[in-house]
Amino acid sequence: MNIHEYQAKQIFQKYGVPTPRGIVANTPDEAVANASELGGNIWVVKAQIHAGGRGLGGGVKLAKSKEEVRQLAGEILGMTLVTHQTGPEGKLVQKVYIEEGADIKDELYLGVVLDRAKEMPVIMASTEGGMEIEKVAEKSPEKIIKVAVDPSIGFQGFHGRELVFGLGITDKNEQNKFIKFAKALYNVYMENDAEMIEINPLIKTGSGDFLALDGKMGFDDSALGRHPDIEEMRDVSEEDPDEREAGRYGLSYIALDGEIGCMVNGAGLAMGTMDTINYMGGTPANFLDVGGKANAETVAKGFEIILKNPNVKAIFVNIFGGIVRCDRIANGILEATKMVDVHVPVIVRLDGTNAAEAAEILKNANIANVIAATDLADGAAKAVAAAKGE
Amino acid sequence: MSILVNKDTKVIVQGFTGSEGTFHAEQCMAYGTKIVGGVTPGKGGEVHLGKPVFNTVKEAVATTGATVSMVFVPPAFVADAVMEAADAGVELAVIITEGAPVRDMQAAKAYAVKHGMKTIGPNCPGIITAEECKIGIMPGMIFKKGNVGLISKSGTLTYEGANQVCKEGFGISTAVGIGGDPIIGLSYKQLLPMFEADPQTEAIVMIGEIGGDLEIQAAKYIKDHITKPVVAFIAGQTAPKGKRMGHAGAIVSGSAGTAKEKMDALEAAGVRVVVSPAEIGKAVKEVLSK
Repeated sequence: MNIHEYQAKQIFQKYGVPTPRGIVANTPDEAVANASELGGNIWVVKAQIHAGGRGLGGGVKLAKSKEEVRQLAGEILGMTLVTHQTGPEGKLVQKVYIEEGADIKDELYLGVVLDRAKEMPVIMASTEGGMEIEKVAEKSPEKIIKVAVDPSIGFQGFHGRELVFGLGITDKNEQNKFIKFAKALYNVYMENDAEMIEINPLIKTGSGDFLALDGKMGFDDSALGRHPDIEEMRDVSEEDPDEREAGRYGLSYIALDGEIGCMVNGAGLAMGTMDTINYMGGTPANFLDVGGKANAETVAKGFEIILKNPNVKAIFVNIFGGIVRCDRIANGILEATKMVDVHVPVIVRLDGTNAAEAAEILKNANIANVIAATDLADGAAKAVAAAKGE
Repeated sequence: MSILVNKDTKVIVQGFTGSEGTFHAEQCMAYGTKIVGGVTPGKGGEVHLGKPVFNTVKEAVATTGATVSMVFVPPAFVADAVMEAADAGVELAVIITEGAPVRDMQAAKAYAVKHGMKTIGPNCPGIITAEECKIGIMPGMIFKKGNVGLISKSGTLTYEGANQVCKEGFGISTAVGIGGDPIIGLSYKQLLPMFEADPQTEAIVMIGEIGGDLEIQAAKYIKDHITKPVVAFIAGQTAPKGKRMGHAGAIVSGSAGTAKEKMDALEAAGVRVVVSPAEIGKAVKEVLSK
């Protein structure tokens, strides 16, 4: 799960990670009131969406008067912001963050993610703040300093020294401030079961202070149960409604842009099915894992969600029945076709426990648009042919 | 021969009396696995499925002589259970549970490594030595005894691969479902040398997926150390970037962890890489008849 910048900054502040002062607003009036409360004579109006690149897309603007705050908030609220991370359809802006202006001297990057190879969190820092870190990693990997922290010893002095000397921070006072900043951020990561934190840019002000000018956080979904405060920060309007609905039924669904709907048990086989369709000259319309307990209800729900996509010309049901017997799944599929109006050909491949009985059930049911397949290759070939109208 | 487990392996079940633990322990026993008892705190002294229940893993190990634990406890308790097993001197913990927090697994795995305990999983179908010992949730009947070792991040692709291998007239020595979480126990790199050393195994199938770099590490290892033929499939060639494909670890972040990168590395290491999982059986036949 991801959260907004303003929410990430609330968490940062709790842990002593310094940020500029700011208040979130839902309307232009609130934006002006927030600017008055913050004081000063320069503010930044920032669109709150779960995507990077907001500045380039026109979602971050500087205001030099309260009237300008009102005007910019009015423009940004309700706009559909398109960035390199939103896709061409963009994202609707429903909240803006009003932040005091900052005196930027240097822009740095600081992040914490899991290093899967080392199996511990790694702090990443760079002097190339404000740029996409993936691009820095590609073009000049030597400009990214990586410091892995073993949680059994926690953030030690040497971790901090590796960071500041690596970044070329020489002033003693600044070194101490940066180390304190990084240590606090590590604590944010660990104590909240974060999956990633990114501050880009982290700025050094004219007076030598470090501030998180931006803040991005994602969390380990498996750990949200022990963080009700973070779960409360969930913004459902940022999530794909179909993916969300599928999730409520224990299905894992991701929309793609092809023509063949897929319903599969197991994430690996689901990806493998998409790959096979592609290999045979077709295009998958979605990833859908019905999980280990495929039954009439979950299959019906799966059909319903797949068929919401108008591009779907055929559906390939690919189930390898293990503990769940294929004959029961076959009956489930037949029942599901009665519950949902399935108007495209459905290619069904059931293999594993009781596969022969399942084939018999499908054959006897004799439903016009249900086509039985013998194995994965056969099923994918039939689905590709059906989608082409052959 | 086989790797890690066989017909004599003594197994306890952590989370023995829960619904999942009960159902699958029963299935494993029916397959022939020597389940010698289980652990459910507070139910020590009871008998479940005809086997003794213990309050702690230490007691269970001391009384039964078990060397392997099959873990079915709920996600929030997985780390505790794994560390308890390591502390009690268990040699291998097979963690079936899905949804354990990453931070917990990080700590639990580090502790297991420190105590010399191997782990498989979490979020995996388990391990099976065909016609001898099944520790996990896979359908036993598709695994016929034979000369092919199998390592897979995905449960159903394990079944798909094993089924094809058997349909081609070969069989499985041992199949290990290593799981698709960001932090897992035994991986390709640790399992490949075991299959290389196992006289029963003549070919190895490895099934990977997008995310992380375990397959890349495996490719490097194969190049230098593995003489037996390897067939590989990497799931997720058509997966979009930045989307988590079901498994917690199956995500392409930035430009790292793509299927193509992994397939290229494996191919360069001399592995027979197939583009579709439907080709696994045929490829195994091909490499074994060379």
